[in-house]
Amino acid sequence: MANRNLLIKYTKLFINNQFVDSASGKTFPTLNPANEKKIADIAEADKTDVDHAVAAARAAFKIGSEWRKLDASARGKLINKLASLIERDTEYIANLETLDNGKPYGDSVFDIACAIDTFHYYAGWCDKIHGSTVPADGELFSMTLREPVGVVGQIIPWNYPILMLAWKWGPALATGCTIVLKPAEQTPLTALYVAALSKEAGFPTGVINVLTGYGPTAGAAISSHPDINKVAFTGSTEVGRLILAAAAKSNLKRVSLELGGKSPLVICSDADVDEAVQIAHGAVFNNHGQNCCAGSRTFVHEDVYEEFVKKAVVEATNRKVGDPFADGIQQGPQVDDKLFNKVLSLIEAGKVEGAKLECGGDRWGKEGYFIQPTVFSNVTDNMRIAKEEIFGPVQSIIKFKTLEEAIERANDTSYGLAAGIVTKDINTALIFAQSVHAGSVWVNCYDAVTPQAPFGGYKQSGFGRELGEDSLKEYLEVKTVTIKMPYKI
Amino acid sequence: MTLPEIKYTKLFINNEFVDSVSGKTFPTVNPATGKKIVDIAEGDKADVDKAVAAAKAAFKIGSPWRKLDASARGVLLNKLADLLERDAKTLATLETLDNGKPLTAANIDILICANTLRYYAGWCDKIHGQTIPADGTVFSFTRLEPVGIVGQIIPWNFPAALAIWKLAPALATGCTVVLKPAEQTPLTALYIAALVKEAGVPEGVVNVIPGYGPTAGAAITAHPDVTKVAFTGSTEVGRIIMADAAKSNLKKVSLELGGKSPLIIFKDADVDQAVELAHQAVFINQGQICCAGSRTFVHEDIYDEFVKKSVERAQKRKVGDPFTETTEQGPQIDDEMFNKVLKFIKSGKAEGAKLECGGERLGDIGYFIKPTVFSNVTDNMTVAKEEIFGPVQCVLKFKTLEEAIERANKTSYGLAAGIVTKDLNTALVFAQSVQAGTVWVNCYNTITPQAPFGGYKESGIGREMGEVSLQEYLQIKTVTVQLPYKL
Repeated sequence: MANRNLLIKYTKLFINNQFVDSASGKTFPTLNPANEKKIADIAEADKTDVDHAVAAARAAFKIGSEWRKLDASARGKLINKLASLIERDTEYIANLETLDNGKPYGDSVFDIACAIDTFHYYAGWCDKIHGSTVPADGELFSMTLREPVGVVGQIIPWNYPILMLAWKWGPALATGCTIVLKPAEQTPLTALYVAALSKEAGFPTGVINVLTGYGPTAGAAISSHPDINKVAFTGSTEVGRLILAAAAKSNLKRVSLELGGKSPLVICSDADVDEAVQIAHGAVFNNHGQNCCAGSRTFVHEDVYEEFVKKAVVEATNRKVGDPFADGIQQGPQVDDKLFNKVLSLIEAGKVEGAKLECGGDRWGKEGYFIQPTVFSNVTDNMRIAKEEIFGPVQSIIKFKTLEEAIERANDTSYGLAAGIVTKDINTALIFAQSVHAGSVWVNCYDAVTPQAPFGGYKQSGFGRELGEDSLKEYLEVKTVTIKMPYKI
Repeated sequence: MTLPEIKYTKLFINNEFVDSVSGKTFPTVNPATGKKIVDIAEGDKADVDKAVAAAKAAFKIGSPWRKLDASARGVLLNKLADLLERDAKTLATLETLDNGKPLTAANIDILICANTLRYYAGWCDKIHGQTIPADGTVFSFTRLEPVGIVGQIIPWNFPAALAIWKLAPALATGCTVVLKPAEQTPLTALYIAALVKEAGVPEGVVNVIPGYGPTAGAAITAHPDVTKVAFTGSTEVGRIIMADAAKSNLKKVSLELGGKSPLIIFKDADVDQAVELAHQAVFINQGQICCAGSRTFVHEDIYDEFVKKSVERAQKRKVGDPFTETTEQGPQIDDEMFNKVLKFIKSGKAEGAKLECGGERLGDIGYFIKPTVFSNVTDNMTVAKEEIFGPVQCVLKFKTLEEAIERANKTSYGLAAGIVTKDLNTALVFAQSVQAGTVWVNCYNTITPQAPFGGYKESGIGREMGEVSLQEYLQIKTVTVQLPYKL
């Protein structure tokens, strides 16, 4: 049941299975974006706290520690236990997520179910991570060991707080690493709650640590820490660069990045227009447009363009915006005033640069960071709204003629996170899927992300993959062991 | 000790317990007393036909089982593991009643069941085909699809554990199953069937047909709709099953058969540790284990001390009521095996091995045999060549590693092997030279769900446990799609 009246249980840093104040004693407010009011004061971590957390994680990672002595299969049991506790507390966590992030309650419930599935997926991998024995030249016995990379720093964004936590913790715990996680300053609440559940599940002290705070302080301390072996970041391309630079400057820690996107969705002339409109609408408006892989460039074939635009506008006009705790609401507020203003300024750019504003284009209501579902048509490739990531409820519809042209224009971006196509034709689908420069390609669907298949970006949308078997690589180091044999066997 | 009510005694088809078509039943016997426990429905060809039809319907595309997400199969297997853990006490008690193994051992078996289920639960949604850079203007990929309706025939030595060893990979890959437990030990398989239903597995996915090999077993191996048969048991019956498969529909076959596994005790071994290790290697489960370390090769330098201490250890082995906590060894499974073991012991004496201790029945109720040790065993003796499957240790002498390896390999079996040594080269050379599916170094019978287990040569075909075990239940389909141009 949706319920905004919650007791906020956890507001402090989580280090060594304990909730503690920050070393400085400082706190920062987390706000409810639906009414711009403070929810609670949260402990604010800085470099000293990062040092404490890393020391705890390092001790937990040492050979002989409780965590290191566990069977791999026992890690799987712990992860499954954590998933079941999250399931037990779904209602509370969903309310907490909606309060902090502003997404509709139903969306939060869905995110939590996805997080649980993600944990179950990774729990199954723990004791299936295989090295190889290798027929090396010479009188040798050669093998590889795949060992956990070590203490990992994880910095996650505010758009899917608990889901991004699951995507990060899953592979790290499955491979046997230890964690220092910094949730976004806009949305610290569910991370702290799940930290408490991890203690209840039985994870040894120091395996999981959660530091709430800001990027330039706590985040920077993580990415430049000499005793962190790897940093995983999801967020903007701009901050991704900073993290990569900090890693290079400090200790060459391994880096994986999930960054922004400007993903093309191509609607072909043979598409069922009503179906295509539905797919395209969800692709860009889900999560208030605050989705790294949003289908934010909607290419529509000229033959179906007029009909598509007309129906897309109806869809957007009917999108229900309002109190995320109320029934039937599809869109809540944007996450904070900064993003809110950014979206509005890009909408202005759209108007100024000559795109046709079909509907929306302004704030919704008087309180909270709500924006009207907005549709631009006659968008051309050179416009800012066609090139820059908006991260808001703004659909940009662009006309195209041929598949080759669509592919070329789809690829004409420094991003490469996702792409989609709606068509019935087998050749069209396969050519597009193989030609487009994107880490995920969707055919006759969009945002179909499952724990079993990898997700990540080409080009400046990032590197490394999350989910699927490939994600484990990011958290492993390969060690080759070669033993001299007395003779060749 | 109060015995549990025996709830399940009928055939399990389509998630229901039913009488056999013929109405016939057979008794299952408590080997500690020789007395009947209960009558069990006896399956034959007509029942196998029903079960296969149920499994076939459950396997059809569009069925509830086929429509489940792969990850949902994993949820079911984990749920089944939960239920086994919940009812662990009952299951272990039933196992000890039906099989005779000490209750402490049965408890461990049930733990193994749960861990095995959880291991395979994790595989369900991680079975990957490939996309392939094929020559030509084509897009090529493989799918790994469940092989179909599988027949599974299991023995009596680890009834519950082997039922799970068979069911888990079959269900993980999406197959449907007709399982025949051994006629000596049907009780835990039927209880597990009830838990399968409780867990929420759709009807027809798992079917359990108790009965005899020549009737129910043969009906499974010859059935035209069964696409694969998995068997654990004797090499003799393994041959029959392979022949049936060849004769019927070329169903895929995997076999886990007998063994005469060598355990080498090197001269640098700590003798006390080696004695205990070798003792457990051959006496565990009343000697009724396919990978028993049943040829104990001891280096001449430590031979006398080893024999003396092995005899002391065997004499201390506590044989008796399997429900007593301190009991280490219960009865053999039935009178047939009991007599077979005694016959082997007789041959050992006749062929000149030195009987150090034991060598006869214990007591006069139940199929108990005294822990027996033969020394001065030589390679040509029957007790050194044939699988005894009883509490009989055979100690042989050797001089060099090369000799030990050669003699270890001189058998048509190849299930397991072990070595006790501190020397790196000795360990590695032995591990790589011996012809055995599993090699243990400074341990024995260490079997875990994560690593494959199975035989070289006549000890079998295929592997159980580990990632490779999934292959037995999958078939590979290559799909190649023409493209308009090369990409």
